Amino acid sequence: MAHTKRRSVIKLAGSAAAVASTGMAGILASGRTPAFAQQKTVHWLKWVDFVPATDQMFNKEMMPAAEKALGIKIKLETVNGNDLQPRITSGIQSGAGPDIIMSFNSYTHLYANSVVDLSDLAEDVGKREGGLYKYARAICSDGKMFMGMPWAVIGGMIAYRKSWLDEVGATKFPDTWEGYRDVAKKLKAKGRPFGQTLGHTFGDAPGFTYPYLWSWGGKEVEADGKTVVINTKDTVESVKFMQGLWKDGMDEGGLAWDDTNNNRAFLSQTISATLNGASIYIETLRKPDQYQTASGKPMNTDILHAPLPKGPAGQFGFHLLQSNMIMKYSKNQDAAKEFLKYLHTEANYRKFFESQKGFATPCTAKWETDKLWDVDPVMTPYKVAAKLGQAPGFAGPPNAKAQEGLSKYIITDMYAKAVQGMPAEEAVKWAETELKKVYT
Amino acid sequence: MAVTAVAGVGARPTPRLRRLEDERWLAMALLFPTALLLGLFIAYPFIEGVLLSLTSQRVGIPGKWVGLDNFVKVWNDSIFRTSVWNTFWYTAVTTVFKLALGLWLALLLNRHFRGKAIVRAFILLPFIIPTVLSTFAWKWMFDPTFSVINWALFHMGIITQRINWLGDPDLAMTSIIVVNIWRGVPFFAISLLAGLQTISPELNEAAAIDGARPWKRFWYVTWPLLLPVTMVVMLFSVIQTFADFQLVYVMTGGGPANATHLFATYAYQIGIGTGLLSEGAAISLAMFPFLFLIVVVQLLYIRRVETR
Repeated sequence: MAHTKRRSVIKLAGSAAAVASTGMAGILASGRTPAFAQQKTVHWLKWVDFVPATDQMFNKEMMPAAEKALGIKIKLETVNGNDLQPRITSGIQSGAGPDIIMSFNSYTHLYANSVVDLSDLAEDVGKREGGLYKYARAICSDGKMFMGMPWAVIGGMIAYRKSWLDEVGATKFPDTWEGYRDVAKKLKAKGRPFGQTLGHTFGDAPGFTYPYLWSWGGKEVEADGKTVVINTKDTVESVKFMQGLWKDGMDEGGLAWDDTNNNRAFLSQTISATLNGASIYIETLRKPDQYQTASGKPMNTDILHAPLPKGPAGQFGFHLLQSNMIMKYSKNQDAAKEFLKYLHTEANYRKFFESQKGFATPCTAKWETDKLWDVDPVMTPYKVAAKLGQAPGFAGPPNAKAQEGLSKYIITDMYAKAVQGMPAEEAVKWAETELKKVYT
Repeated sequence: MAVTAVAGVGARPTPRLRRLEDERWLAMALLFPTALLLGLFIAYPFIEGVLLSLTSQRVGIPGKWVGLDNFVKVWNDSIFRTSVWNTFWYTAVTTVFKLALGLWLALLLNRHFRGKAIVRAFILLPFIIPTVLSTFAWKWMFDPTFSVINWALFHMGIITQRINWLGDPDLAMTSIIVVNIWRGVPFFAISLLAGLQTISPELNEAAAIDGARPWKRFWYVTWPLLLPVTMVVMLFSVIQTFADFQLVYVMTGGGPANATHLFATYAYQIGIGTGLLSEGAAISLAMFPFLFLIVVVQLLYIRRVETR
């Protein structure tokens, strides 16, 4: 080991002090903070996209380009969709965290007090792109402000195996619940049931149970957003039908599924149909050699999409709406807004839209006629997802109460309890009690 | 005393010196860091939690004082009652099994055999692996579609239909109990093994010479001597199991239809998932009296055992 002499230490300290002092003098003379301290960092927290190509494009292409264009540093962080809420809560409560956080559904209403108004940006984009859909407006705005900037709708459609349905005589996907049950029953007898989650998971579970409830004429509350009216003959009928359907035609493992289980079950050919975003189909397009039918053809040639069937009261859909919220605690609100504006320029948003291949449907009318929807007819049903969606809390507004009901999985659990053996009337009564606690 | 000697014979120590000599001051000074840490990380959050539970605070909304309203609301909540029952059931069943299996394992490990050190190290694995990681592995094993357990049972001809491990309420509870036992047995085994090693082999030998059979030797010699350690290990385990979160959160998220919610997971769903912070705090705090009672009873029992 080399010896350190007293003299060399003094020399080193002296030179360090000299460098520091001229540096400081330089900073003081210019009257500006050094460049590295000026650069703002915008931290964007979003879900891990079910289309991996999008996150890759963001990381490799869009974020570096945005950093260059806006002169800011961007930190993109992705987490599982189910983990967004804890991050939002801890951010708000501690007053520190990501500047922009992706919101699912009516989180916007739940955290309205803690986010920045984005009306100008939302209205601008809406005006430029043929108008914001009613669904996006209802979820992102309370009439006074936009709590989130509408980003995209992840459309939920039933993905099904065409050849398997053909085998049981269904040349097209059934459009009524009776037809659905009939086909599911025949397919379950052949070991290929329909699959559906009734578990505690953000997307597919409420995406199925809410529209199902509405299609039978059931609803949580009246339009006043206060009077709970779940306990009706219609709801009880829907629950009874679900009990039979579950036994006759569904994969009974669905009670424990999260949003990824049905993808895996479909891709491993244990179920013949499931409500899902387009991620199953997109995955089979990505890996045609890995996912093949029994006859050795790529599975993607055997998948089609259809909306949920209609019931006595009509046909409905509830699609996951994503928006981006700028948090009030953020010290970089202006930079964050600039960044959102950048993402929503037509050229940049197109990059996102195209990378999704139809998995995400934009929230403005203009994109409905985009040529992307003509590229692959299998994806075409998704183009109207954002237009036709209805939000939880119906017939009331999709406010914080509605989100509370959704976060507590009350509607989903009502059906889950019933298929586990609770009498229909009792399950509905339970849901009524729980909803009353939320709405009073 | 050395200080006074130096100060000279007959000279009385100054008040400052006397204070330094006072052991009470020294004790306080030495205890201070611990007290500070406990205060900062245990007492402060606890008091904050109590205050929070008495308001109507939601995420981002300060709320106002509501007294015991949250507790009344929680008490009338059917899901909360399910969670209370679940937590007791979960804790009781797992503790019994962990103790029985852990003790058995400890007795086996206390024998002499080749590769003893390696086996002991391996036994600890479930305890060492981060819970979330091992629970994910278990989640896959109980997967409704791809369960390796189902696959094995099916190929052995024991079942003809898939068992819906995490989808059936009772089986889901059983599944999380199994995983908790798997994770907790090593802690019991190693702690009890340490206890066993403090028992002098001569006592057992003497009993053997007197003609005691192995079971009698265990019951009248080993078990009474091991009891204080066993009680402490059980105390730790009960506290941890009662407040368990990660295992249930990863395996079932409290589902199906709230069948596996524990105090902690339900508090999380209400506090974080739904943004009702004060209600979540009330649910968490409701755990406290139960836990306090259990701990007091156990500590009293430990004292009795030790002073016997």
